[in-house]
Amino acid sequence: MSDQKDIKIVGAPAGIEGQGFFATKLDEVVGLARANSLWPLPFATSCCGIEFMATMAATYDLARFGSERMSFSPRQADMLLVMGTIAKKMAPILRQVYEQMAEPRWVIAVGACASSGGIFDTYSVLQGIDKVIPVDVYVPGCPPRPEQILDGILTLQDIVKSESVRRRSSPEYQELMASYNIT
Amino acid sequence: MALETTVIEQKLTDKFGYKVTGFVQMKDILSFEVSADSVNDTMRFLKEDGVLRFNFLTDVCGVHYPDNDKERQFAVVYHMHNWMDNVRIRFKAFLDGDTPEVDSVTNLFLGANWQERETYDFYGIIFKGHPQLKRILNMDEMVSFPMRKEFPMEDGGRTDKDDRFFGRITDNATN
Repeated sequence: MSDQKDIKIVGAPAGIEGQGFFATKLDEVVGLARANSLWPLPFATSCCGIEFMATMAATYDLARFGSERMSFSPRQADMLLVMGTIAKKMAPILRQVYEQMAEPRWVIAVGACASSGGIFDTYSVLQGIDKVIPVDVYVPGCPPRPEQILDGILTLQDIVKSESVRRRSSPEYQELMASYNIT
Repeated sequence: MALETTVIEQKLTDKFGYKVTGFVQMKDILSFEVSADSVNDTMRFLKEDGVLRFNFLTDVCGVHYPDNDKERQFAVVYHMHNWMDNVRIRFKAFLDGDTPEVDSVTNLFLGANWQERETYDFYGIIFKGHPQLKRILNMDEMVSFPMRKEFPMEDGGRTDKDDRFFGRITDNATN
């Protein structure tokens, strides 16, 4: 039996508490809910994907941070994890996967290849996935250890927590999408 | 009895004369050169002759020799294997640098289809009579033939290999 003390739940956001009520900002509540239930979509093409399998498994256990279920359908995922070398021929497929995801959606580029092309400075390899889709968090390493992937996901959770609920309809965001030709 | 290399050489020379040249035994594989216009006939002979019986096309690939004479700047290399005697053979056909064209061997081996497409993809060598000569590994939008020596291996879009980030500018300037 686990001790009640060992079970940690996420704390309430800053707000005003009184008898029978609690008042806080909608942004913070929504951010809290989103950040602690990110559904990952793994787009694994090489060794970084193997590291991610370790991240999901018992020792590192990504589920502790509220990413319980892998979603292999982009339509039901919030967080696209691109792990591994993306060939130029693969780029349109990656882009299509991103386009199929519903807003709000976030992207983590795991490892050197996804972030910049890595050692593959060559005619056939996409030099970083940010050439075709916007990226929120870059995880360095070749391949990164599971701790680094966890750190990247926690960093993304901080971004998600502090994101305004209106960001996705803001002109800046529209402009960012337009710069990638994504409507 | 095993198939002797002298027999192979003799049979090919008798059949094709001056069109097959440069026989050389490299390790355990006999190599020779064939003129580009008789690739198909040579391969048919190697495949269908009752003694030679090279029944399997192992590989088709290209080579670029930019320093050669104009009419010998490209080569197509064919590897064949005789399964009955376990003997391998390799032959090259040299092609013109401006118009690298050679007859397809898909009429003899269907397996040559993808191998010739790959050779076209990387070297731009045209295989006449090929049923579907288009790129196979690289993306369709690519305009270059990347294994030709004049095309750079590195991607021009690379942004994180600026010398300034590695502290190289100062050294280069003073040396």
